[in-house]
Amino acid sequence: METRPINVQSKGINKNSILKNYTLIVKLMVRSAIFMFFVILSIIALFPLYYLIISSFKSADQLFTTGLGVTINLKVMNLKNYISLFGSQGGLYLSWYKNSLIITALGTVLTLLFSSMVGYGLAVYQFRGKNVIFTLVLFIMMVPMEMLLLPMYKLMISLNLLNTYWGVILPGVVSPTAVFFFRQYAAGLPKDFMDAARIDGCTEFGIFWRVMAPLMIPAFGAMTILVALGNWNNFLWPLIVMRTDQMFTLPVGLMSLLTPYESNYSILLSGSVLSILPIVVIYLINQEAFMSGLTVGGIKG
Amino acid sequence: MLKKKNIITNILYTPKWAPYFFILPFIVIFLVFFLYPFVNAFIMSFENIIGPNQVVFVGFQNYKSLLDYHFFNAIWNSTRYTFWTLIILIPFPLILAVLLNSEKLIGKKFFRAALFIPILTSTVVAGIVFSLIFGDPQLSPANSLIKIFGMHPKTWLRDTKLAMFLLVLLATWRWTGVNIVYFLSGLQNIPKELYESAEVDGAGNFSKLLYITIPLLKPVIIYVLTISIFGGFAMFTETYVFWGTHSPEDSGLTIVAYLYKQAFETGNLGLGCAIGIVLLAIILTINILQLKFFGLYNKEEA
Repeated sequence: METRPINVQSKGINKNSILKNYTLIVKLMVRSAIFMFFVILSIIALFPLYYLIISSFKSADQLFTTGLGVTINLKVMNLKNYISLFGSQGGLYLSWYKNSLIITALGTVLTLLFSSMVGYGLAVYQFRGKNVIFTLVLFIMMVPMEMLLLPMYKLMISLNLLNTYWGVILPGVVSPTAVFFFRQYAAGLPKDFMDAARIDGCTEFGIFWRVMAPLMIPAFGAMTILVALGNWNNFLWPLIVMRTDQMFTLPVGLMSLLTPYESNYSILLSGSVLSILPIVVIYLINQEAFMSGLTVGGIKG
Repeated sequence: MLKKKNIITNILYTPKWAPYFFILPFIVIFLVFFLYPFVNAFIMSFENIIGPNQVVFVGFQNYKSLLDYHFFNAIWNSTRYTFWTLIILIPFPLILAVLLNSEKLIGKKFFRAALFIPILTSTVVAGIVFSLIFGDPQLSPANSLIKIFGMHPKTWLRDTKLAMFLLVLLATWRWTGVNIVYFLSGLQNIPKELYESAEVDGAGNFSKLLYITIPLLKPVIIYVLTISIFGGFAMFTETYVFWGTHSPEDSGLTIVAYLYKQAFETGNLGLGCAIGIVLLAIILTINILQLKFFGLYNKEEA
């Protein structure tokens, strides 16, 4: 629907061109309204993070006496809250950071290894019991993990895994979502490579590890983000497994600073900012991978 | 030793045995960390667990004691929360996705990213920020905002009538962007020719949405519906970060929050397990109803 000024030049303003100009103006107005609408939505979406960041540079006194202002006022802002994270005032913050890093790294590597093995096994082989296994994977996806919380807690006590990294990591190392996704992906890979590798004397695991897994790199990329973010932000299970404050993960630790009576805002806010900083940075570098990673599992085909 | 090594090489070399090696991790984890606790959840729900070695079988007593105001309230809250998240987090992101999918919008990549960023924050951090924004002091951002509209400042987190609003708002903030991306990826699979031929037939934007977009997005919509129902009924962290397990008049108490409270504050593991079983029953029932009404969401893949 392009309007060209030809009509105007040849015949002056006729009825037709007025109508065309009119629809054009309406269209432009609708488009700018939609644009403005999204600008406002983006401001709303980003405001809480903006607010967290500016508040993290203010002292607790500032926060509550001069009001929780939303403007940047460099006079009352300083780095003290960040410095105190690394000093004695910061308490166990650095331990929580370390715990979260270890659990996320170890948990993600193991989950990707095991889930990809299982998904691959279900996709490329024919064997007895295959359908049973796949049905079980789907069944687990339908059961709310929260109902297993207490028996799992009891199990952790008997296995002596309470208050350990393994206690947090082990129950999640085979993720049904990840298995499902890897299975879908591996099913689409060409099988010719497998036979060629077999003739070359490769073991079946060698075929997976050296031939097929490299072909699955995009799947690994998407799942890394999904699993790692899940581990990093996980709250309920670490809350139950970790019994002493030295072993808390970041979400559990930050939560423990937030009490109804006297929250320790000086490290709560700066600590929160530093806990989301790595994720936001990685996201800004690799947006597409993040979006496909977090919305995996849904819609293929 | 040699013989043992032979068996291992055999397993690794023969396509007949190798698949079992690959699925072994699943079998182990399934037995230890799923089946065993799953069965145990049922057993424990019939027990009164006083101490590590003091367990008494009590029959249906735990279930009977769930028939009270507190648990019904928790179910009601979880149901309302799920309902509102569905009402908001499906149509709203769907329309936003359709708008973002139009080629004429300037800056759509930026908008998509801006709306997606909230999900990167953990629920705990999001809750911390929200409790500041909706803090009690007269000058909290939320109160400054409603003052512009001539409303009186509120004590947001202590108001029973506002608990559900805050929970749904937090969920909306975190999940809108994710659902947009789901719908966008579904929209990209709809062939453009369909819209073109509809335009030839004189279809307007609204009828295109109603007769092409929504029917063809059905699998995605059902998928989002399913995971939203799951997430809704299992919601815990959002309410815990706002109020712990002590929200004003239990206006934010959900099923899982009640489970947590019974197990770790009252120390009644058996009752907690019974709550978990009820949660399972609710979710499975909804699942079955949904399958009946909509069919499998991934029918094409099966």
